[in-house]
Amino acid sequence: MNILELKNVSMIYGQVKALYDVSLSVEQGEWLAIMGPSGSGKTTMMNIIGCMDRPTNGSVILDGEELSRLSPAELTAIRRDKIGLIFQQFHLISYLTALENVMVAQYYHSMIDEGEALLAMERVGLKERAKHLPRQLSGGEQQRVCIARALINYPRLILADEPTGNLDETNEHIVMEILRKLHNGGSTIIVVTHDPEVAVEADRTVFLEHGRISNVVRKNDVPDAVKAKDMQLSSAR
Amino acid sequence: MFRHMLIGALTRQRGRMFMIAMTMALGASISTAMLGVMMDVGDKVNQELKSYGANLMVVPKGAALLGDLYGVEDGLGVTDKYLAEDELPKLKSIFWAFNIVDFAPYLETSVSVSGPSGTEQCKLVGTWFDKHLDTPTGESLNTGMVRMKSWWDVKGNWANDDEASGGAVSGMIGANLASKLGVAPGGKVSIPANNGGDVMIMGVFQSGGAEDDSLFVPLSFVQRISDRPGAVSRIEVSALTTPENDLARRAAQDPNSLSRHEWDTWYCTAYISSIAYQIEEVITNARAKPVLQVAESEGAILQKTQLLMLLLTILSLACSALAISNLVTASVMERSAEIGLLKAVGASSTEVSVLIMTEIMITALSGGVVGYFAGRGFAQIIGHTVFGSSIAARGLVIPLVALLVFVVTLAGSLPAIRMLLSLRPAEVLHGR
Repeated sequence: MNILELKNVSMIYGQVKALYDVSLSVEQGEWLAIMGPSGSGKTTMMNIIGCMDRPTNGSVILDGEELSRLSPAELTAIRRDKIGLIFQQFHLISYLTALENVMVAQYYHSMIDEGEALLAMERVGLKERAKHLPRQLSGGEQQRVCIARALINYPRLILADEPTGNLDETNEHIVMEILRKLHNGGSTIIVVTHDPEVAVEADRTVFLEHGRISNVVRKNDVPDAVKAKDMQLSSAR
Repeated sequence: MFRHMLIGALTRQRGRMFMIAMTMALGASISTAMLGVMMDVGDKVNQELKSYGANLMVVPKGAALLGDLYGVEDGLGVTDKYLAEDELPKLKSIFWAFNIVDFAPYLETSVSVSGPSGTEQCKLVGTWFDKHLDTPTGESLNTGMVRMKSWWDVKGNWANDDEASGGAVSGMIGANLASKLGVAPGGKVSIPANNGGDVMIMGVFQSGGAEDDSLFVPLSFVQRISDRPGAVSRIEVSALTTPENDLARRAAQDPNSLSRHEWDTWYCTAYISSIAYQIEEVITNARAKPVLQVAESEGAILQKTQLLMLLLTILSLACSALAISNLVTASVMERSAEIGLLKAVGASSTEVSVLIMTEIMITALSGGVVGYFAGRGFAQIIGHTVFGSSIAARGLVIPLVALLVFVVTLAGSLPAIRMLLSLRPAEVLHGR
């Protein structure tokens, strides 16, 4: 069953075709990676899927709802109820503690529940650091708080933009392990990444070039080592 | 959570919030000072203008008619109509009793006065110098010329209303007459008329007017020698008044031309014409005439002063609104990622606007409170520097300043709120 469907989606800014006639579907529980060089349309696609932007053409169906004709307020409601966002820059609120940052998402979703927020912190291994401010946390820890915030409302879709882009190798492994656990638990994950090591974890990797899908690689199609090498080549291109 | 976010934002952006609070404090302080002075300036200007003399003259009806028709001054022999001295305390029983600040009765006659250098025919004026009165309303007060003629240049002391030692009465003599009679403070002149006697000169005054050729003595003395016990030829009244407007001018011409509602409004406002009307109601056979030069000057000075205060208030608030606008806009720009994040996790534009506006309002109101108290201080400085007295703290200033702080903060925040509403998470979180 498809949780997400993009049909002939285009995003055109003046003369620039950031995305052009892209069609894609994502199954419930699937881990999809979106790769491509800078300017290939990855962020544009993420913004459209994440209900932060509307395509100029085509339709986007998330969990059975057509998004392309919805107002900004309706898109906000969909984003709040169905999507968990993980950012490369973490985007934590500097004056709130790690726990409060998680609770912010609860607050705007329904009502706050400190116990549940602490549980989410525990799932990312940061229960002991719940009362710390973002500046007192390492980059990896901040990203894990960001993941806890994304998970707190049990979203239908987790959308991660370069989740390991600002992390060292150790933290990258920790974050990937969390995502892996989420996937194994049945969560649908879409990751936008430059990193083949991240993409190799996905069930399917979509390559974008000049706003179009240039290649699709499935995890089961080729062995990981070959696939990673293939991805590096595609990414470099 | 809202409280956490609010406290967090307020405490962790202390610098910017302090600037907003101080900007508002400055605006609120100037507004408080100006509004306070504006509301009190009427009384202050009235107090100042008291030095120009009384603003109401009460005369008997017949004498008023003679004055109006022939320009004849009131005085003994001009008319046989007089006011009753024992009715004077009733002036403090009218609706605007508290606005009657001072009053002094006069009874005049022409007598020969002998002094060390000779004898002169002059005007003898009986009056109250500093009379103690118990009014029908139970109020006690001192009133008379000491307060009414505060601008007179007096050498020696003011006379008093009691008889001086040795059976003589105390009196004040005009500088011209004193020079003709060769008398100085502490000297004595005598009035050889029927029932006359000696007058102990307590002070020599210079008024710059016709009074400089007169001798002022206690009212009872003139009543005795002119054989008019309890009579008064005119009363000068100094009253605190509201500047005249069209309603007051119409009422002054004919109070019966007003509708019932207009009449009530006029009667219950301290216009000089309504005070005059109320005086005529309590003093038998009296005609109360406003001294228009004083009343008009009062109104004109008051209006100009109030306009100046109002303009200063508007300017200071406009400056505050501009400064707040800049500060809040800068704050929203600086926090665009945070605002984008809140929208990304599901906050509506309204919810984010409410959060930001609450932060700004709390900050501005705190500044407003500081500004209010600072403004009260400024008002006192203005009061003492300009009017030589303190400015009364009016309760009405508090809600007015609170309302102005709210409106100015709202107006100043509007550009930032518009920016905030148009801010899209995709633009600030992903740079598109």
